Amino acid sequence: METTREGIVCNNLDQMDVVFDRTEVLHDTPTSYCPGCSHSVVHRLIMEVIEELGILGDTIGVAPVGCSVFAYHFMNVDMQQAAHGRATAVATGIKRVLPDKIVYTYQGDGDLAAIGTAETIHTINRGENIVMIFINNGIYGMTGGQMAPTTLEGDVTSTTPHGRDTLIQGHAIKITEMAAIMDGAYYVTRQAVNSAKTVRKCKKAIKQAFQNQIDGKIGTNFVEVVSNCPSGWKMTPIEANKKIDEQVLDYYPLGDLKTPPKGA
Amino acid sequence: MGKKLLMKGNEALAEAAIRAGVKGYFGYPITPQSELLEYMATNLDSRGGVFLQAESEVAAINMVYGASGTGTRVMTSTSSPGFSLMQEGISYMACAELPCLLVNVVRGGPGLGTIQPSQGDYFQAVKGGGHGDYKLIVLAPNSVQEMADLVYLGFDLTDKYRNPVLILADGALGQMMESVEFPEYNVEEHFVDHSSWTTVGRENGREQHYITSLHLLSEKMEEINVHLQDKYKKIQENETRFESIQTEDADILIVAFGLSSRSSQKALELAREQGLKVGILRPITLFPFPSDELKHLANSVKGILVVEMNAGQMVEDVRLAVGSNVPVDFYGRMGGMIPQPDEIVDKIKDLYKQVKI
Ligand SMILES: Cc1ncc(C[n+]2csc(CCOP(=O)(O)OP(=O)(O)O)c2C)c(N)n1
Ligand code: SF4
Ligand SMILES: [Mg+2]
Repeated sequence: METTREGIVCNNLDQMDVVFDRTEVLHDTPTSYCPGCSHSVVHRLIMEVIEELGILGDTIGVAPVGCSVFAYHFMNVDMQQAAHGRATAVATGIKRVLPDKIVYTYQGDGDLAAIGTAETIHTINRGENIVMIFINNGIYGMTGGQMAPTTLEGDVTSTTPHGRDTLIQGHAIKITEMAAIMDGAYYVTRQAVNSAKTVRKCKKAIKQAFQNQIDGKIGTNFVEVVSNCPSGWKMTPIEANKKIDEQVLDYYPLGDLKTPPKGA
Repeated sequence: MGKKLLMKGNEALAEAAIRAGVKGYFGYPITPQSELLEYMATNLDSRGGVFLQAESEVAAINMVYGASGTGTRVMTSTSSPGFSLMQEGISYMACAELPCLLVNVVRGGPGLGTIQPSQGDYFQAVKGGGHGDYKLIVLAPNSVQEMADLVYLGFDLTDKYRNPVLILADGALGQMMESVEFPEYNVEEHFVDHSSWTTVGRENGREQHYITSLHLLSEKMEEINVHLQDKYKKIQENETRFESIQTEDADILIVAFGLSSRSSQKALELAREQGLKVGILRPITLFPFPSDELKHLANSVKGILVVEMNAGQMVEDVRLAVGSNVPVDFYGRMGGMIPQPDEIVDKIKDLYKQVKI
């Protein structure tokens, strides 16, 4: 009898093929995320990409304020924790003085598309050579489920108890579409992680974003990940992932919004 | 020392920063400090640094945060309304112990106020300014020469203590032209190795470095606070700087910093001509505040007059230092007005009558 790293007891471990393993770039520690939360999945994808691209020694990440505020306890990468909304300004400071390093930000929708909107827009407009990962879960997870700028019309949150009324609270913001029209953007894409298929695609997009930065392509690489928040949405993870397919993707359709011109 | 140059205070400060090896400058235009930003825009890139005009002071201070976290010598400058916007970021930097040089070329407030010189941001500068218990090291120049000199000192102190340093100037010091000589300063000799904590990538698989000001456990957060307070105590013990002018035989002691110390100097000359024994204590560091020196002088002088370009802010620290040992009076002008020497002399005469010498 042997025990795997995940604590699974098994009597023929040495005869089994390893088909899935945790990348070393993730800390060997449980995350603080709720079961089924997209944050965990996206963390893993980014860390796998960093490992596969062999850039750990050159990479600096920036964590936001939100559920992923402790990202540096899960991502075993040099990181800076930024004030709420300011991750891309912090990343700009890093990248400008160390232009040869690989810099990425990781932000929720409140962080990136509400309090940090000015920084978001101007970072992309300057074409900062960084990767921006945008976790759009349509809610303020960390503070207990208030309306986010991305909350869909009609959705109930603790600050839209009767559902989001666009006449009062405005519309779910399409910040990724805004990113795509800016000349400073190099690559803008919207992905999801609510199924095995979308997870695979999402990883490819994240890898492309980092590769663009490594290749010195001029401009910002922006990856939105349409995400769930089972706790904030008051659903099981399965229900939450279904809601993404049935409602969220209608409003936030997946796909590339800006790709570099061929041969660029 | 190099040769004497005639320069504006803002430009002298910028030139000194470049000579001190600043590698990153992030700022946003605001009068009366814009010459500093423009000087950096014109000169920093060609002299080995990076200049970037941010979209706001909020962004600028967070760019400073990011760059500082890589161990880069970095700074920003602004004027009062912009400094208010930077407070959140400064609080984060104080907690994360990130070195940087901050410059506030103060203008009259509150609100949008005026673009004329003021010392109305004293409290904000020396009492923390943002949220939480923290202190900046605050340096107060009173000449164009010191606008340059205190830059070198500021960078050395910010590296030594891993604490943001603020140069608290004012609109007049920024705008006025005086001669200035830039001291010899060998950047390499002043280099402080921060590589044990900076975030530059886990080269050769070394252990992770991260920069944060978040510690959810109260025990841990208290520990951080205790550490910061210990540091401030050390700074108080070792870094207090002031200038004493004719304090030996003084009956009346003027306490003034920055531009108001210049008016006070003139007032001292006028008063001495009339046989009034006046001295000046000019704090150069506002935090740490020269409380011990004040306590000491309170034993020999009969009265203290604090002169400021505000409604009376530093006077509170003077009163805290001297207690009720000696009467403390205040003279201030606000909203961009500068205390005039004859007004100060009148105030000195009043004080003389009050203390019955
Ligand atoms: C200046 C400031 N305002 C408010 C907060 C409180 N706050 C913490 S996280 C958060 C919302 C985060 O939501 P989001 O960015 O969507 O991240 P999520 O938790 O959903 O991943 C808020 C408002 C704060 N920390 N700082
Ligand atoms: S509150 Fe929502 S976003 Fe936060 S960890 Fe839980 S499920 Fe994830
Ligand atoms: Mg969210």
